[in-house]
Amino acid sequence: MSAHTLTPAAATAAPEVKQRSSLRMTVDYLLKDRASLIAASFLVLLVLFALAAPLLAGITGHPANDQFRETGLTPAGVPVGPGTEFWLGADQLGRDVLVRLAYGARVSLIVGVVASLAAASIGIMVGMVAGYFGGKVDTVLSRCIDLVMSVPFLLAALALVSVLGASLPLSVGVIVFFSWTSLARVIRGQVIALRQREFVEAARSLGAGHWGIIFRDILPNLAAPIIIYATLMIPSSIVFEATLSFLGMGIVPPDASWGGMLAEASGNSIYLTAWWLVLFPGLALLFTTLAFNVLGDGLRDALDPRTRRKAK
Amino acid sequence: MFMFLLKRLGFGLLVLFLLSLFVFLLFFVAPGDPARAIAGDKATEELLAQIRDTLGLNQPLYQQYLDFASRLLHGDLGFSYRSQQPVTELIFDRLPVTMSLVGGAMVLWLLIGIPVGVASARKPGSLRDRIGQSFAMTGISFPTFVLGMILLYTLYSLPAKAGFLLFPPSGYIELAQSPVQWAWHLVLPWITLALVTAAVYARLTRAQMLEVLGEDYIRTARAKGVREQSVIYKHAFRSAMTPLVTQLGIDIGVMLGGVIVIEQVFGLAGVGSLAVQAVQTQDRPVIIGVVLLGGLFVAVANILVDIAYTRLDARVRTA
Repeated sequence: MSAHTLTPAAATAAPEVKQRSSLRMTVDYLLKDRASLIAASFLVLLVLFALAAPLLAGITGHPANDQFRETGLTPAGVPVGPGTEFWLGADQLGRDVLVRLAYGARVSLIVGVVASLAAASIGIMVGMVAGYFGGKVDTVLSRCIDLVMSVPFLLAALALVSVLGASLPLSVGVIVFFSWTSLARVIRGQVIALRQREFVEAARSLGAGHWGIIFRDILPNLAAPIIIYATLMIPSSIVFEATLSFLGMGIVPPDASWGGMLAEASGNSIYLTAWWLVLFPGLALLFTTLAFNVLGDGLRDALDPRTRRKAK
Repeated sequence: MFMFLLKRLGFGLLVLFLLSLFVFLLFFVAPGDPARAIAGDKATEELLAQIRDTLGLNQPLYQQYLDFASRLLHGDLGFSYRSQQPVTELIFDRLPVTMSLVGGAMVLWLLIGIPVGVASARKPGSLRDRIGQSFAMTGISFPTFVLGMILLYTLYSLPAKAGFLLFPPSGYIELAQSPVQWAWHLVLPWITLALVTAAVYARLTRAQMLEVLGEDYIRTARAKGVREQSVIYKHAFRSAMTPLVTQLGIDIGVMLGGVIVIEQVFGLAGVGSLAVQAVQTQDRPVIIGVVLLGGLFVAVANILVDIAYTRLDARVRTA
C-alpha cells in the first residue's frame, strides 16, 4: 500500500524494497542451510534411484528376484562380494543387491510417503475438530488419542499381521493407525490458540459456518506445523515398515524391501561373512531416515523463526 | 490429587479392557480353527469337537469373552497351543532376559543422553553443541536393528576373524550364575539400545534446559553467586526433569515391544522373541498374553509417571 502513496521522486530515492513470499523466504533459508541442502539432494537422488530400478535391472542383466547361483555364488555357496558382475555384491541366493536395493527404495518411499500423508490427514482432522469444538468432542477425541498412544504398537501390529497375513496394504494400515496421534495433539494445541484470535471472530461475525472457518481460516495457519510434522513422520514410517519386514511381517518375500534384505542377511548370520548384505541396505535405511530428519529440522527452522538457533 | 490418580487408574483399566477385547475379537473372530491349530491337520472330527468343547468354543461369543476375561483377572492366560505350557509360565521364564536388557540399557542411555543434552544447552551453537546435536540426530535416525548388526559385525565378527573374542555373538547367561558373564553377554545389546534411545534424551534435555536457563530465577541464582555447577544441576535440571520423566515412562512402557528387534538380532530369548515365535507358529494364547502384558506395562508406566509428576511438580500436586 505504502509504495502507491509515495511520490515518484521519493520512490526512486528510497532503497528498493523487495517483497518476498513466505515460500520464497523458506526456500531461501533452506538453500543457505547446508545440511538441509545435502539432505534434499540425497532424497532427490534416492527418488531417481528408485525410479531407475528397472533400468538398473536391464543394465546389469539381473532382474530383482532372479537367482544367479552360477555367477552370484562361489562353488561353496558363499555369495560373491562387490565387483564388476555384481556392483554391490550378491545375496545368499545369488540375487543382485544393487537391483534389490533400488526396488526396496520404492517400497520404503511409497510406504513412507503414503502412510505419512494418510496419518497426517487423520491427525489434522482429529486435531482440528478437537481443538475447534472443545468440550465433550475434545474430551472424547483426546481420550481416543491417549488410547491409541497406550497400545504397545509393535506387539499389536504383530498380532494383526499374524491373523490377517503380511501384506503391503496391511503394513501401511498399521503404520497409519499408530502414527496419526502425535500430529493430532500438536494441531489440537495450535487450534485451541487460534480459535480465540480476531480473524476467527471476524469470520464468525461475517456468518461463516464452523467448517468454513476450520478449512478456510484455521487450516492455512497450520501449514508450518503440518509440513514439519509430516516430513518427520516419513522417516518413522519408513523405519516402522523396515522393522515389520525385518520381523517377517511386512513385505512378502521374494519382493525386495530394505528391512527384508536385512532380515535375510541376519537370519542365518550370513552378514558376519558377507558384510555388503548389511552395509548397503543398512546405510540406505540410515541415510534416508537421516535425510528426512535433517530436512524436517531445517524446515522447522525455516518456517518457525522462534525455534531458530534455539531449541531444535 | 487422590481423585486425579484414581482417574488415571480408571483410564489404565479402560485401556486394558479395550486391549483385551481387541485381541479377543481379533483371534476368536478371525479365520482359522484354534482346535485344528492345537490338534494338527490329521486330527479326527471327534478330537476336534472334544477340544472345542474343552476350550468353550461352542459357547456364544459374549460368554467366551466373559470366560476369557474372568480367567484373565485370575492371572490365567491359558495354555500355549504348541508347548501346552501355561502362557504365564512361558512369559515369566523369559521376563528376566528382557528386564536385564531394558534395565541395563536404561542406565546407559540416561548416563549418555542427559549429560550430552546438558553440555549442548550450556553453550548453544558451540562446537560441543554441534557434536552433541549431530550425535542426537544420527541416533534418532538409526534403526535399532541396523545399529545392532553393524556393532555385531565390527565388535564380534571382525575381532573373531582376527583370532580373539571381544564380545560373544549371542546368548544370555543368568545373573545369578555369573554376573560378569551376564554383563559381558549383554554389553552389545545394551549399547545398541542405549545409543538409539539416548539420542532422544539428549534432544529433549537440550531443549528443556535451554528453556529453563532463560528463566529469571536462574539469573537470580547466578546473581546470588551460586556455583555454576549448582545452577545447572540443582536449579535448572530439576525443573527440566519433568518431561524427561514422562519420556522415560513412555519408553519403559513400550520397551516390551521395542526390544523385539534387538532380541532377534542378538539371539536373546526374551519376551519379544517369544512374541515373534508365537506369531510364526500362530500360537494365539501366547500372542494374546504378550500383547496384554505389553498393555499392562504401558498402563503401569503411565500411572507411575503421574505419581512422579506430583512429586516433581508442585503445580500438578495442587491442581
